[in-house]
Amino acid sequence: MTDLFSKFDPLIEQRAALLETGLTDPFNLVMEKVESPTVAICNGKRTILLGTYNYMGMTFDPDVIAAGKTALDEFGSGTTGSRVLNGTYAGHKACEEALKDFYAMDHAMVFSTGYQANLGVISTIAGKDDYIVLDIDSHASIYDGCALGNAQIVPFRHNDIDALEKRLKRIPDGAGKLVVLEGVYSMLGDVAPLKEMIRVSKENGAMVLVDEAHSMGFIGEHGRGVAEAQGVIDDVDFIIGTFSKSVGTVGGFCVSNHPKFEILRLVCRPYVFTASLPPSVVATAATSIRKLMDSADKRAHLWENSKRLHAGLKQLGFTLGTDEPQSAIIAVIMPDLETGAAMWEALLHEGLYVNLARPPATPAGMTLLRCSLCALHSESQVGEILGMFAAAGRATGCIS
Amino acid sequence: MPDRQQTLAKVLELIEPFNKKGVAVTEATRFAQDLEWDSLTVLDFVANIEDEFDVIISMNMQAEIETVGQLVDALQKLKA
Repeated sequence: MTDLFSKFDPLIEQRAALLETGLTDPFNLVMEKVESPTVAICNGKRTILLGTYNYMGMTFDPDVIAAGKTALDEFGSGTTGSRVLNGTYAGHKACEEALKDFYAMDHAMVFSTGYQANLGVISTIAGKDDYIVLDIDSHASIYDGCALGNAQIVPFRHNDIDALEKRLKRIPDGAGKLVVLEGVYSMLGDVAPLKEMIRVSKENGAMVLVDEAHSMGFIGEHGRGVAEAQGVIDDVDFIIGTFSKSVGTVGGFCVSNHPKFEILRLVCRPYVFTASLPPSVVATAATSIRKLMDSADKRAHLWENSKRLHAGLKQLGFTLGTDEPQSAIIAVIMPDLETGAAMWEALLHEGLYVNLARPPATPAGMTLLRCSLCALHSESQVGEILGMFAAAGRATGCIS
Repeated sequence: MPDRQQTLAKVLELIEPFNKKGVAVTEATRFAQDLEWDSLTVLDFVANIEDEFDVIISMNMQAEIETVGQLVDALQKLKA
């Protein structure tokens, strides 16, 4: 018998070798208690959270919590059904209304996760003989959406406008075209030149889908994302987003002005063939989304945090993913996986949690310590964080 | 249809800048196993091939192309 697990041997060995050095497993951390959006207890130690995507700190908002509790009492713990059968409650419709108001768009469709939103929309709208042109650094859910469908997949170099344009121009006449972009790329925290890319896409007759998972609530005047900030949101055909970052719960969505959008509810398999979100989840999401509409002060504070952390880390001598802060993600580039894992552990001992990111999730084989800031990180917490980076960096030899 | 030998010669020329190990390339050379290219190298190489021949080689097509000879065949078909 061939062991089907043999293919995982190289990864098993790499992992074993890393753990043999006595390092804490970076992918098995348990949060024993969560005190707030910015603090948890890990291994009995009070730890500042700097790797949660909880950008707007909505997870402990009293109104959000109250809405969830009421929905639990009034609608029960789960729907036990698909959105198209018994799984659409008043709360799901209210959540879609909140999204339509938030984005000022005609249609909104709520999925059970952000992953499923990309999987469903991309695989369904681009069919056989259509072309999907996407950035090479796209998220796994975008690639999986491509793999689930039957379209021709054409990647282009990250954020390269000319490469996108060349490929669009070579697509045979008459073929359907979907360009898939992200507002903020989550590994390095860099922003896409959406204005130029969307112009080029439209000039070449393509529909455009933008994943704004890491910008919702924070970037743009109303927190609608990078497309809003760059003044091109009206030219975007589909925006994909998630509830598991700024919104502070779990779920995914697509918003659009396409007049035939609602038909997706019948033809999109990752929407139809799964159970809908529990009533408490959609109630917390709807409440959070409405509160995010007027959170300009929090957005301003988050920008301050991002700028201060970026400047401070740069000053300490760390190599960062972007020259200037472009989002609430600051990526610290590590020379290799071993140093990255050692630095990650040293930070944890200091009382700081960040994400250790490594290939294949990262571009160009990089190992990253990815930091995502929260609007509720106080000024003094950002100061503490910089102190911890300085101590851990010196202890591991990352900085002098 | 362009001359197959000319297509092969052009492909070999475009492989060279990425042939870091100095492998002696033939039609039987495999991109992943013999040249040991990673996904980013493949992206850059494919982009150069696409620009040179003014074609699109989708990821779906790339999945079917393992050797240099198979790439030349695919290009001959695309330019036919």
